[in-house]
Amino acid sequence: MSVLVYINSAHGIGKNAFETVTYGKKLGDVTVVTNGNVDDASLAKLGEYGASKVLVDKTLVDADDQQLTRLIANAADQVGANTIVFSHDHVAKNVAPRLSVRLKAGLVSGAIALPDADGTIKVNVFSGKAFGSVKVNSAKKIISLLPNSIQPENIGGSATVEAFAGNAGDAKVKVLSTKQPEGEIPLPEAELVVSAGRGLKGPENWGIVEDLAKALGAATACSRPVSDIGWRPHHEHVGQTGIAIRPNLYIAAGISGAIQHLAGVNGSKVIVVINTDPEAPFFKAADYGVVGDAFEVLPKLTEAIKKFKASN
Amino acid sequence: MKILVGISKSPDTTSKIAFTDGNSKFDENGVQYIVNPYDEWYALVRALELKETIGGTVTIITVGAAADEAVIRKALAIGADEAVRVDADPKDAYYTAAQIADYAKSNGFDLILTGKETIQYNGSQVGGMIAEALDMPFVSLATKLDVDGTTLKLEKEYLGGIQSVEVTLPAVVSCAKGMAEQRIPNMRGIMAARTKPLTVIPAVQVEDLTSFTGYTTPPAKSSVKLIDPNNMDELVALLHNEAKVI
Repeated sequence: MSVLVYINSAHGIGKNAFETVTYGKKLGDVTVVTNGNVDDASLAKLGEYGASKVLVDKTLVDADDQQLTRLIANAADQVGANTIVFSHDHVAKNVAPRLSVRLKAGLVSGAIALPDADGTIKVNVFSGKAFGSVKVNSAKKIISLLPNSIQPENIGGSATVEAFAGNAGDAKVKVLSTKQPEGEIPLPEAELVVSAGRGLKGPENWGIVEDLAKALGAATACSRPVSDIGWRPHHEHVGQTGIAIRPNLYIAAGISGAIQHLAGVNGSKVIVVINTDPEAPFFKAADYGVVGDAFEVLPKLTEAIKKFKASN
Repeated sequence: MKILVGISKSPDTTSKIAFTDGNSKFDENGVQYIVNPYDEWYALVRALELKETIGGTVTIITVGAAADEAVIRKALAIGADEAVRVDADPKDAYYTAAQIADYAKSNGFDLILTGKETIQYNGSQVGGMIAEALDMPFVSLATKLDVDGTTLKLEKEYLGGIQSVEVTLPAVVSCAKGMAEQRIPNMRGIMAARTKPLTVIPAVQVEDLTSFTGYTTPPAKSSVKLIDPNNMDELVALLHNEAKVI
């Protein structure tokens, strides 16, 4: 079966791309389509994860949703792909629904696993409080895979990189500027996350959260009240009305664990909860708990992590 | 400016999530429905703010059964001018988008807003699907939206950062946190909502691209392992040796 994987390479080729290609490879022969300023060596690396061919349209920079839809539809047509795979990021949320209508292809968004034996695909629903199984009834299908749902597998293959004329047409949405946080790990992709809530008492106290995140190489996150009162930016808000994440490790300090917050994090593999209140509901969802004051526990944990990193 | 806002009902955020009929259907027993927060707090409120500053009308549309009219009245109470209910069970995002696109096509709107996703399906699908069906540009996950003549100026979430974009109307935009502040309907709004027009229209025929075959809930966590707050070395050792996450 021919599988087309769309990779957003605007900020380089990273873990998400390797995950998506690994996923595609389990379904069939993978062709990657991408666009923008990206070097061939980075693209060839996708071969190690199972891509046999990479089609790149380097003329298409800052492409809008309609251009990417045409690019991907044309690539799917050229390679005869009936399955298209995205990483479920901001670009996929912009483009995959359009493509679904254009190709009359059922869209499975937020997939967290490979198809089951009956062909249904598991997705996150109810903001992480449950899983649903989606059956695609159309001949063509589109799967948008949640980051951190599959381990990238380097199988040591190689890919040819070919220039591809996407015939994408003109952009209607004009990009004026893009502000990318420098050096920060994007929260949805992060494997390790340190999060804090109202228990931190004020935005000026976030240094101890950032110190721990830095020592671990983790992204930072926060609870809804903290983002609502402007202590932290909206994009850090994790929970039912924020974003749902699935890191390997989620450390929560000073967050009580309301059901809406848990919804956003219970896909995490391991949860550590630090709270002064032993009755905080979050402890019921935690793997490890520390009953103590975040102002004392976080610096101690940071020191312990540094010590561990130095000796390993 | 003529604005259309897509509204979905969602179970209240504190609802217990359970399933019935052999885990094939959401258990609605005891569930209170609300307007999906992203549709209400951001899309609808921003539409009303635009109407207040530059004039125009705000129409809300939902795909659902007669029982959903309570949720529609809530959106009218917040300030929408009129409501349309497509009388059908919304089978999937494609089905819903096709209904809204069909209505929009014959009624001509300058701007179509949706929430970024519903809190029950988290699909982020309907807005982009409407845009493709109408051949309009689509800006997803917008956190700021201003109108300058026939130009929309927007900020949107983009790969951990923020992108500023502009686009000429008509367009479809999905709305995320930051775009507007939640409004609580007042008594006058609630009274006025009772007499605002609510038109029921039949659904158009659409094929089912996807269907949900069943649901599961995450397995319960085994009990928490408590660590002495003065022994963070132990926690680090457990995270390394037992949990194997660092």
